[in-house]
Amino acid sequence: MAEREYDASSHAPPAEVGEMELVHPRTFIGKYIWSQDAKVIAIQYGLTATAIGLVALVLSILIRLQLGFPNSVSLIDPASYLQHVTMHGMIMVVYLLTAILLGGFGNYLIPLMCGARDMAFPYLNMLSFWTYLLSVLILVAGFFVPGGSSGAGWTLYPPQSISPGTPGVDGGIVLMLVSLAVFIIGFTMGGLNYVVTVLQARTRGMTLMRLPLTVWGIFMATVMALLAFPALLVAALMLLMDLLLGTSFFMPEMLAMGEITEREGGSPLLFQHLFWFFGHPEVYIVALPAFGIVSDLLAVHARKNIFGYRMMVWALIIIGVLSFVVWAHHMFVSGMNPYFGFLFATTTLIIAVPTAIKVYNWVLTLWRGNIRFTVPMLFAIGFLFTFVNGGLSGLFLGNVTADVPLSDTYFVVGHFHMVMAVAPIMVIFGAIYHWYPKMTGRMLNDTLGKIHFWVTFLGTYLIYYPMHFIGLEGVPRRYYAYGETTFISDSVQTLNAGITIAAIIVAATQLLFLFNLAWSYFRGRESGPNPWQATTLEWQTPHTPPRHGNFGDALPVVYRWPYDYGVPGAKDDFIPQNVPPEAVEYLDGAHATGKGAT
Amino acid sequence: MTVTLTFLALLMAGFVAWLFSHSVNVRPWVAGSSETARRTQVPEWVTAPRMGLMVLLATVTSVFTLIISAYLMRMEMGADWHPLPDSALLWFNSALLVLASVALHGAWRAARQDAVERVRHLLIAGGGLSALFVVGQLLVWRQLAVEGYYLATNPANAFYYLLTSLHGLHLLGGLVAWAKVFRRLQRGGEPARLRSGIELCAVYWDFLLLVWVVVFALLLKT
Repeated sequence: MAEREYDASSHAPPAEVGEMELVHPRTFIGKYIWSQDAKVIAIQYGLTATAIGLVALVLSILIRLQLGFPNSVSLIDPASYLQHVTMHGMIMVVYLLTAILLGGFGNYLIPLMCGARDMAFPYLNMLSFWTYLLSVLILVAGFFVPGGSSGAGWTLYPPQSISPGTPGVDGGIVLMLVSLAVFIIGFTMGGLNYVVTVLQARTRGMTLMRLPLTVWGIFMATVMALLAFPALLVAALMLLMDLLLGTSFFMPEMLAMGEITEREGGSPLLFQHLFWFFGHPEVYIVALPAFGIVSDLLAVHARKNIFGYRMMVWALIIIGVLSFVVWAHHMFVSGMNPYFGFLFATTTLIIAVPTAIKVYNWVLTLWRGNIRFTVPMLFAIGFLFTFVNGGLSGLFLGNVTADVPLSDTYFVVGHFHMVMAVAPIMVIFGAIYHWYPKMTGRMLNDTLGKIHFWVTFLGTYLIYYPMHFIGLEGVPRRYYAYGETTFISDSVQTLNAGITIAAIIVAATQLLFLFNLAWSYFRGRESGPNPWQATTLEWQTPHTPPRHGNFGDALPVVYRWPYDYGVPGAKDDFIPQNVPPEAVEYLDGAHATGKGAT
Repeated sequence: MTVTLTFLALLMAGFVAWLFSHSVNVRPWVAGSSETARRTQVPEWVTAPRMGLMVLLATVTSVFTLIISAYLMRMEMGADWHPLPDSALLWFNSALLVLASVALHGAWRAARQDAVERVRHLLIAGGGLSALFVVGQLLVWRQLAVEGYYLATNPANAFYYLLTSLHGLHLLGGLVAWAKVFRRLQRGGEPARLRSGIELCAVYWDFLLLVWVVVFALLLKT
């Protein structure tokens, strides 16, 4: 190596942006309520999403009780059953998964992982949370208006959703549509922040190709969400106009409650196009952050660099782009031209390529890794199983010929719960176990965590696996009761009862998780700054939990990518991103020219 | 959906090309190495507010292209489409918006020359003309209603009211930003921040004008 004066910071370019001015509040309210600190906003997002998610969890148990033990609970009648199904779906997809992954983890991790003081526009960020909270409150108000919440299904298909006779058409549906519009406005404010922060506020040396995959996943999902949510906004606005102002964007001429409606010419298909133009990217808006987070969990807990980092980044981008040209595979049974369906089946199956690349790379990351079976790692591995499973049943549904008979059966329910409910939830749990020490300074209880994992993981298989069989028999979804239907065999009822019991057990275990969150906050083992020996910047903060401004006096300078685990010859099995090459200690006899040095 | 897909394809192509140029030939696993680190910076002129505005405008473009897609699809789907008559007032309104945009550009130029009085006059002109545009649009609504073109009578009407009201809302949102900049000017704010604010307004108004031109052309042609 050349002998010369060495200035470590010469490795990194000068700062991209100047130091930012932060609003440091003094009062309790300023600090924890009207906070502009992305970390506090993240926790506000997380708690709100968890609270509304619990409501959806209770609803799912009510649905399961009716299906497993028909007519045993007097609370549920056909109308309220549909309302529960609708609210469960809408809350879980939009108000829980989207909000907690982007609003929660996005806010917490983007500034910390990029080495920024805070988001680019902190005030807007605060508004984003309060707008989100408002949208949740509007949605919840639907439970209390006369007629109850909407029973239109989370897909809101007109003419059903706004026709007389549908549960909740007197008020619930209006509140749901307004709530969605408000949610989208709130999300746009947050999304602006995530994109600009990732592109603008990275610290010195944090190049795009040194960003942790978590940031890449959240970033790409945000870009998609900013472009896809407008489709839902437009659809919701037009549906509201059809309902309240008597226009006929979507409402055709039809017979409703024995009377011919005044409208004519509207096209329900138009709604489906708009809805799924949002709806399909939405699947990936939820999945991409999960992909990113799980990549980091696997690398940290297997003590190995992620396999094929650049390939992983490009797979995220390609999945994101392709997800905009597959929407019509949700509409194979809408009477479309078969060639049109063939086109969309093709694009759908092409997505399997980048997705499979990711799965192989995850598995290859584990290969010969020094795997530590911590709770986050268990959840990450659990994700691999559920995701591959759900992906495989997706191959059936992506093909027109197989989809047509399976459409609207429990096969679909089993598929999408496996791939976009359980899989991201596994990652969310893993991420909470992983980053809780940074958020609170204490570890979550390990034993409770392991019980939580095993019951949830095995339980979800008991819930969703049998649904595939029920679906293959042709049992349609969204039915309150099946009565004496000849093609449905008796064993379906037995399976349904079993599913319900499994669902109740899994739901109860989530209470254990909540207890763990609360208990560990006060009594958990102290974690120290970097309990997992991870390399990314959030673990290198001077304080745990990080204070407002994240990094104390000086922002860190980044010298390496986030996956320097098990570098050959290095003394420690991990080298944090902010350690300059000449500060790395090597074992006797090892060269500094190994991987990781210039 | 062709319109929307074209917009998205263009946007994504730019985005992907930019990312490609920053990821090809980069070896992320190499530590230190300053030349790879230097290459992936955002150019200096792309400040956070500028980029924020660009992202916002991309989102708003998505809203408008989707409505235009829906417009074109709905037009072909039902046999009940009766186009609206073209109002001469719309031409007048369009001229107002063009002038507003020109005035704000003038204000931007004046701000760069630190001519505070000229900035003030041109800002007022830009805001005033925009407010007049909104009034003009309301008059067109009134005209149409008087002639019996109500919202619910025909999908063409419904789309007209929807598009113009969203464009109007978009403009009102711009006027809020305009008012903030104007207040900053009156209080003698810091020149650099003022310049940045005026610049953002000018770009925003260009975009408003562009959207209006597309919407107006669509209304004229169909």
